[in-house]
Amino acid sequence: MLDLLNLGLAGYIAFFLATALSYSILCLGLNLQWGQTGLFNVGVAGFAAVGAYTSAILTTPPSDMHFGGFGLPIVVGWGGAMLVSAAVTGFIGLATLRLRSDYLAIATFGVAVTIQLVALNAQWLTGGPFGIGFIPRMFGGLAGNALAFNFANLATIAVVVLVLYLALERLVRSPWGRVLRAVREDEEAATSLGKSPARYRLQAFVLGGAIMGLGGAVQAHFIGFIAPENYLPTLTFQVWTMLIIGGSGNNLGAILGGVVIWALWALSGSAIQAIFPPEQQARAAALQITGIGVLLSVALILRPRGLLGEKIIVSRHMDLADTLAPPASAKAE
Amino acid sequence: MNLQFLVDGLLTGSIIGLGAIGVTLTYSILRFSNFAHGEFISWGAYATLFTSGILGWAMGGAVPAIGPFSFGWTLLVAAVFAMALTGLLALGLDYVLFRHLRRRANAITAVMASFGASMALRSLLEFFFTSSPTYFSKKLQIAKQLGLGIRATPDQMVLIGLTAALVLSIHLLLTRTQTGRSMRAVSENPDLARVAGIDVARIVNITWMIGGALACAAGIMVGLLVQIRPYMGFDLLLPLFAAAILGGIGSVPGALIGGLIVGLAEAVAVQTVGAEWRAAIAFLLLIVVLIVRPSGLFGVRS
Repeated sequence: MLDLLNLGLAGYIAFFLATALSYSILCLGLNLQWGQTGLFNVGVAGFAAVGAYTSAILTTPPSDMHFGGFGLPIVVGWGGAMLVSAAVTGFIGLATLRLRSDYLAIATFGVAVTIQLVALNAQWLTGGPFGIGFIPRMFGGLAGNALAFNFANLATIAVVVLVLYLALERLVRSPWGRVLRAVREDEEAATSLGKSPARYRLQAFVLGGAIMGLGGAVQAHFIGFIAPENYLPTLTFQVWTMLIIGGSGNNLGAILGGVVIWALWALSGSAIQAIFPPEQQARAAALQITGIGVLLSVALILRPRGLLGEKIIVSRHMDLADTLAPPASAKAE
Repeated sequence: MNLQFLVDGLLTGSIIGLGAIGVTLTYSILRFSNFAHGEFISWGAYATLFTSGILGWAMGGAVPAIGPFSFGWTLLVAAVFAMALTGLLALGLDYVLFRHLRRRANAITAVMASFGASMALRSLLEFFFTSSPTYFSKKLQIAKQLGLGIRATPDQMVLIGLTAALVLSIHLLLTRTQTGRSMRAVSENPDLARVAGIDVARIVNITWMIGGALACAAGIMVGLLVQIRPYMGFDLLLPLFAAAILGGIGSVPGALIGGLIVGLAEAVAVQTVGAEWRAAIAFLLLIVVLIVRPSGLFGVRS
C-alpha cells in the first residue's frame, strides 16, 4: 500500500483525485442507465467487481491462487472487463427489462449479492477471501517515486474520464440519446413513434454496465489489489449518492458528484479518526454510512436535481419552451 | 438424503414468509419495493432485546425460562411491545421520507430512498450495538427426536406454530374485515378507493404497522434460532423479495408459500452444495420466476 504520510500534500491530492475520478467512471455508467434512461440499477458494486476481477485475471502473472493470470497488457484487461461486464448486464437486462422497473432493481441487487458470493467462495477463480494481488499497476515503474506515480495515474484516469465524457455527451445529443429520454419520460409515446423501448433500454443498460466494468478495472489497476469486501452494497450506495448529489442526467454532474462525495467520505473518515479513540473507530465508521444515507434521502426530498441538474438537451431545431413541460406520466398517489 | 432439511427449511421459510408478507403488502398498496424492509427485521430484534433487557433489569435479574423453552415471560412481553415499536418505526420512516416521494411522478425515487434509509438504519445499529453478534439467551436447547431422523428443539416447534397463527390472523384480517376489504380496494385502485370514501392515508398507516410488526416477529425468530446482528435483516432482503415475487405480489398466502419454497430450497442447497452458496439460491429462484412466470404463483398483475 501507499505510505500516505510520506506523500506530501501535492501527492495526496493527486492520490485523492485519482481515486475520486475512478468513482466518477462508475457514476458515468450509472448516469447513462439511470440519468438518461431511467433504469434503476442497484448492482453497481457487482458490475464493478466483474470488471475488476476480469481485468485482474487477464493481466496478472500466472498464479496458483486464482484462475489464470494471463499476463496480458493492461489495455487488454480493460477491454475484457468491459466485454464481460456487458455480457452480465445483458443477461440481467434480457431477463428483467420488459418487467416493472422495481423488478430490475431487485434483480440487479440480487446479481450483485451473487457476484460478491462468487468472489468470496469460488476460490479457484477469484482467489476467494484473499482476493487477487500483484495486479499490474499503471506506471508501476514509477512506484519508487510516489509523487510521480500518483500524478501519472491521475493523468491516465483523468484522460479515461474525459474520453468517456466526450463520448457520452455525443451520444446523449444524438438521436439515440433522444430516444432514451423519450423512453424514460413516456414509453407509450416513444412506442407510438415506432421506437422499441425494450431494445433501447437494453442497449443503454449494457453500455452502462460496460462502463462500470471499466471503472472497476481502472480502480483495480490503480490500487493493485482487490478483495471481495471491496464490492459490498456500500459501494453501490456510494455511487448512487454521488450521482444524485452531482446531478443525475448530467454527465458533468456525475463526475463532480464522484469528487464531492469522495471528498466528504475522506474528510468524515479523518474526522472520525481524530474524534474517536482507536478501539471505537470501527464502530464510529458506521456513522459515515449513516451520514451519507441521510444526505441521499434529504437530497431526494429537497433537491432531486442535485448540484448540476439535467440540462434540457433536445434537437437544436425544437422550441425550448415545449421541452420544459413536466413529464406526462405525472400521476397522483 | 437426511430429512432434517424439512425442519430447517420450514423455519427459514417461516422467517422469510413473515418478512415477505410485509414486502408484498407495501408493494401492492404503496406501489414500491421497500429495500429498508430488512432493517425492520433487525430493528425489531434489537428492540426486543433491549426491552426484554430492561424488563429483566426491572425484575431484578433474569426471569426463569418457561417450561422447555429458552425464553421467559419478559421476552414475550418485550416481543409484543417491540412489534408495536417496529410498526411505529415503519410509520415514522414513511412520515419523514417515503410520504414525500410516493407522490412524485417517478415512483422509483422512493425505492432509491429506501435503499439509502436501509444503509443509514443498519449503520446506526452497528454504531449502537457494534457488529458483533448477540443472543436473547445463552441457554442451550436439547433437540428432540421426532422420528425419520428429524430433530427439533421446543423453541423451533413453538415458533412454527406461532408463525402459522400470525399468518392466519393476517389472512383473516385481510379477507374478513372491513379494514382488509379497504386495503384490497386501495391495492386494486387507489383513486377509485378514495372516491368510494376509503380513508387511503389510514390504510397506508395500517399497512406500515402490519409490515413492521411482522418483520419484528421475523427478527425475533432469527434472534431465537440463529443470532442477532446488524446485518441479519439485510441478508434476508433478497430471499424476501424472491418470496414475495414467487408468491405473486399482493398475495399474503403467496408470500408465505413463496417464503417456504425459498426456505426449503436454501435448506436443500445447504445440504447438497454447501452453506456458503445459500445466498445465491434466492437469486436463482428469483431469476427463474422473472423469466418463466413474472406474475408469480398466485399473482394476477405482472
